[in-house]
Amino acid sequence: MIDDTTVRHVARLARLRLDDAEEQVMREELSGILEHIDAIRAMDLDGVPPTTHVIELENVLRADEPRPGLSQEDALREARAVVDGSFEVPRMD
Amino acid sequence: MSDLEPVIGVEIHVQLSTRTKMFCGCAPSFGDAPNTHTCPVCLAHPGVLPVVNGEAVRRALIIGLALGCEIAPRSIFHRKNYFYPDLPKAYQISQFDIPICGRGEFTAIREDGSELKVGITRAHLEEDAAKLTHGGGRRAGADGSVVDFNRGGTPLVEIVTEPDLRSAADTAIFLRQLRQTLLFLGVSDCSMEEGSMRADANVSVRPVGSQTLGVKTELKNMNSFRFLERGVEAEIARQREIIASGGHVQQETVHYEPDTGHITSLRSKEESHDYRYFPEPDLVPVAPDPAWVEQLRTEQPELPIPLRRRLVDEMGLTQEDAEVITGSPELVAYFMEAAGLADPKSCANWIRGELRAQLRELGQEPWESNVTPAHVAALVGLLAEGTVSVPAAKEVLAGVIETGDDPATVVEARGLGQMDAGDLSAIIAEIVNANPDQAQQLRDGKDKVMGFFVGQTMKRTGGRAEPQAVQALVRAAVLGE
Repeated sequence: MIDDTTVRHVARLARLRLDDAEEQVMREELSGILEHIDAIRAMDLDGVPPTTHVIELENVLRADEPRPGLSQEDALREARAVVDGSFEVPRMD
Repeated sequence: MSDLEPVIGVEIHVQLSTRTKMFCGCAPSFGDAPNTHTCPVCLAHPGVLPVVNGEAVRRALIIGLALGCEIAPRSIFHRKNYFYPDLPKAYQISQFDIPICGRGEFTAIREDGSELKVGITRAHLEEDAAKLTHGGGRRAGADGSVVDFNRGGTPLVEIVTEPDLRSAADTAIFLRQLRQTLLFLGVSDCSMEEGSMRADANVSVRPVGSQTLGVKTELKNMNSFRFLERGVEAEIARQREIIASGGHVQQETVHYEPDTGHITSLRSKEESHDYRYFPEPDLVPVAPDPAWVEQLRTEQPELPIPLRRRLVDEMGLTQEDAEVITGSPELVAYFMEAAGLADPKSCANWIRGELRAQLRELGQEPWESNVTPAHVAALVGLLAEGTVSVPAAKEVLAGVIETGDDPATVVEARGLGQMDAGDLSAIIAEIVNANPDQAQQLRDGKDKVMGFFVGQTMKRTGGRAEPQAVQALVRAAVLGE
């Protein structure tokens, strides 16, 4: 079982605010996932190449040819705030 | 206390000058109206999928080959997770443990001709973040930051070096020559000002002879090599001072203020280094065909560092000549053409000296000017056979720049041919007779007055005499030497 500090750390990295009850649920669910990984680690996997995909595809590459994108108006359509053609966000510096 | 030595490694971000972004078909841009080069992929709308730009892969391989890197037979992309408004997906697609280019080595050459070897840890592909401008907001009381996604998703190659550098000066030499190599490869504009090349330096100090590394600081994003060199210098000094006074260097990100020369600490973003990399599930591995890699290897142009050696060893240029000439691929081509027609060392002198000086006033580069490499070679030839004096040759050059005529034509048209010795002696005799005071000074051993006679003679002959010959003739006339 992972500890509360770890749960809070992961929640903070994901920008999630959890109350005590949610924290407890997360602690159990995350621990379950890690236990499953421990089960895999316990297996003898020598000589089994790590796979990152279930489909054996390689080199899906695109030609370097520009395609039309969005107009500025469309790009900004869902923005919460716009200033001079830019997305405005809370001050970051 | 034992002596301390600096230990420096650098990370260089190079924007690839491809026509489209790393994972979508938008054209990257610099200077266009904000948010006019975006699409659902680079704005991270829900449900979109990235597709790798094959040209970016090709350029990453070209860079890796030039840096002598091992090319990974099969490399994969990772997600680097962090929240920041310049990163709409909240992760950057980058590479982690299997970069496309692995270990390599780059050899730079110092001014004294000695080699500066720098190990390359890796060179990997990733996407650039958007441009975030602080304090650009306008809403009353909000004064927020603003984001322009035109740059977001531009292909980057990040080159990481081993901590092999030992001084700020060496760091600058390495970066300048690396930039030169990248320019020759034609993969990037490498403009520090426009941010298409950016460098961070990791700086630490340790007792000389120690094999372990001291605590390092990261000097961020310098936009010129000069500032970077000064910044590294200042940071080394700061760390030496801390240790000399019994303190400990803190691991942190620092910033150099060019105006004050001070190092300031950037507030460290809490937990910012917990990037939780994991394999990018939306992208399949890149496994470059070995035949393709071999082809790219054979197509590699002659690079500036080996070229510099050849210019010095085989063509008689100085290190300094070679550094100037290898400044750009265009200048190399220009020089090589001239050097194939006349003495290479003389061609180098004229190109890097007088030609560039005269063209600077016009804001032109040699290859853009009226002066062809053949003109340079012809001028060098006229000088070698004594048809023109050095001062006259400068005027001939000015004439060629103006008209585009070949040097011999300019000499003819402007009467710039060397005067014959008899005429020159007669003129000098007149000048000596007309200036008895100065002649006496020369007899009294005041050699400085020679400049006066040379100047007068040049004036009278319109520069059609060789200053050295003039000096000899003046001595003969005054001193009977």
